[in-house]
Amino acid sequence: MASVLVAMSGGVDSSMAAALLVEQGHDVTGVHLKMADTPSGIPGKGCCTLDDARDARRVADLLGIPYYVWDFADAFHERVVDDFVAEYAAGRTPNPCIRCNERVKYTALMARARAAGFDRLATGHHVRLSTDDDGTVRLLRPVDEGKDQTYVLYMASQDQLRHSAFPVGGIQKSDLRDMATERGLVTASKPDSTDICFIPSGNTAAFLGARIGRRPGRLVDHDGTDLGEHDGAFAFTVGQRRGLGLSGMPEPRFVTAIEGDTVTVGRREDLRVSALTADGVSWTVAPPTPGEEGLTARVRYHGERLPVAVQLDGTADGTTMEVAFTDDRPSGVAPGQAVVVYRGEECVGGGTIATTSR
Amino acid sequence: MTSTTSEAVYLDHAATTPLAAEVVEAMGPWIAAGAVGNASSLHAAGRRARAAVEDARDRIAAALGVTPLEVLFTSGGTEADNQAIKGLVWAGGAGGHVVTTAIEHHAVLETVEWLRDHQGVKATVVGVDADGLVDPDEVLAAVQPDTRVVSVMAANNELGTIQPLDVLGPALAERGVPLHVDAVQAFGKVPMPLGEWQPAGLALSAHKFNGPTGVGVLVLRRDLQPHPVLHGGGQERGVRSGTLNVAGIVGLGAAAERAADLLSTVDTAVRARRDALLDGLLAIDDVALNGHAQQRLPHNAHVGIGGVDAESLLMGLDRAGIQCSTGSACQSGAARRSHVLDAIAAREDAAHLRFTLGPETTDADIDRTISAVTDAVARLRTSTGDR
Repeated sequence: MASVLVAMSGGVDSSMAAALLVEQGHDVTGVHLKMADTPSGIPGKGCCTLDDARDARRVADLLGIPYYVWDFADAFHERVVDDFVAEYAAGRTPNPCIRCNERVKYTALMARARAAGFDRLATGHHVRLSTDDDGTVRLLRPVDEGKDQTYVLYMASQDQLRHSAFPVGGIQKSDLRDMATERGLVTASKPDSTDICFIPSGNTAAFLGARIGRRPGRLVDHDGTDLGEHDGAFAFTVGQRRGLGLSGMPEPRFVTAIEGDTVTVGRREDLRVSALTADGVSWTVAPPTPGEEGLTARVRYHGERLPVAVQLDGTADGTTMEVAFTDDRPSGVAPGQAVVVYRGEECVGGGTIATTSR
Repeated sequence: MTSTTSEAVYLDHAATTPLAAEVVEAMGPWIAAGAVGNASSLHAAGRRARAAVEDARDRIAAALGVTPLEVLFTSGGTEADNQAIKGLVWAGGAGGHVVTTAIEHHAVLETVEWLRDHQGVKATVVGVDADGLVDPDEVLAAVQPDTRVVSVMAANNELGTIQPLDVLGPALAERGVPLHVDAVQAFGKVPMPLGEWQPAGLALSAHKFNGPTGVGVLVLRRDLQPHPVLHGGGQERGVRSGTLNVAGIVGLGAAAERAADLLSTVDTAVRARRDALLDGLLAIDDVALNGHAQQRLPHNAHVGIGGVDAESLLMGLDRAGIQCSTGSACQSGAARRSHVLDAIAAREDAAHLRFTLGPETTDADIDRTISAVTDAVARLRTSTGDR
């Protein structure tokens, strides 16, 4: 039996994570992270709402476990939301879920859990862990491939993985819902959260526009032709096709690059990327060896895993790498997103995409 | 890690108190199956209910030294505060001015701010010193010719600091300015000196002195007729409409009598245990008392503990079976730094914990609390946490 703090978002996955830990006989405590100052009385969707806090509380009540709400709104805002806005303002496409795991859940929250004497921090992420005889903990893809969340946990260290638990990674999502229904959990049929939790409207461009303001720049075709002015590069993402105001072109145009305030568009084939560089690189286990074969990588959350060759740079801290796609080339690779490297079903690490080359 | 052990130690009496056996007994007939009780009905059943309500009114009047007709029953302290302040402001027609302090309960502060923001009422919020004491001269200086009410709490719910109403009360009475006193925390802990300078209004809440939740009192001086907040059948001098909560009122009456009887116990035994708790807590490195050292409620110990996180400490103590409080909770249930801590400029890098004792608190409870806090603080301080 271990003492486990389970982060309960108010969704079905973390509700079932708590339920399974209780059934396994662990000493379980639930905590809901308040990530935003939601105005009272105004129902929202996504996470961080009063409905979610109450749903998590009712699940904890049913399971008979202690439940707390911890206010992480300041940390979340400083480390995730501000970063999100700043990255977009710099022409990159950040992944706030990765930042939240990296800078809030697996740092501030885990530190608190350990200081409070808990052996492990559990979440409802769809990933699995396995432990080697020598104690090495491996981060594995889940049973439900469609729900794979290794992409947003690639930055976990051995120390963090040793103090983590992911009770639902071995179960299909549809089965989890059935199990939640059998147990009478109020969260059993809640829809999956898909939007960015702090942008409940789903309108990212409007959210950014309100915070960054109008930052006009040029829209340029791949051959250098000036196509006019835009209101801000933050409203564009590499790979984007819709909303460019270029329907009159002979063939469709996609955003291929964002450099400063200049947004470049091109044809579909201009989106293909043969290699990229990444910084902020970290590894869950020992990094790939030079020339290692059989590696794959993803460049977006639920993207396809493509064969790669990974070249670690010889820098002292080893935090940059070059990834070459050895078979299919991905398209629409956006700097700021993560490149996550796999060895078979194991997520071995990754980094933040810095540059791409065709 | 220690899991929850045996019986919990309940040191959160300022939040609410355990229902007393004699209160349950008194309420029994009024929450039994078949009980009939509209105290306004003019038949035998109604008269019995009315008699029970009036018995309770007599007991509370006696406990406070006021006349029974000055005791109005409400749904609790929040309603009593709202009724007194809004009612007295509204009775004066449009406009007007209100004076209050920065460390009042939200029931007062939010009411005053709403009047200011939505009704054009002028408001002066007087600050407090580092111990949470308000300066009577500052309050008096804030009074204007159109001041409709001055609202100052008898004792602060967080810090336990007792305000100098014995100075402020007579001075305001002399000037003819109505004073409303939020006495929700002070009643049953210190004598209520409602003698020559009887305030215009005084708010009580039954569950703070071992009575039921959902029932309270507004003591309203008989020469005042504030506008009602709740309009309806005109019960309670036309100020507070609504069918009377007979069971709750009976429980409140029994609880008020019990509280009056226990005043000397609180002043001696409870105070001694509180002092022992404070001695133990202040022996921990980097721990300081919040609130006034002498002018404070005898059951309240409020300390700032440097270098630890309040939410972690509170959870650690909860898991060790020690129930105390930090700040107040928002709607989702997260603890938040209170306006009271801001008003006294309390340290930001400290966990501020309130322990409030009751007559049933034992010496063993105090010892267990001191050792649990000492252990939890040591563990949190040695952990190298990012936060």
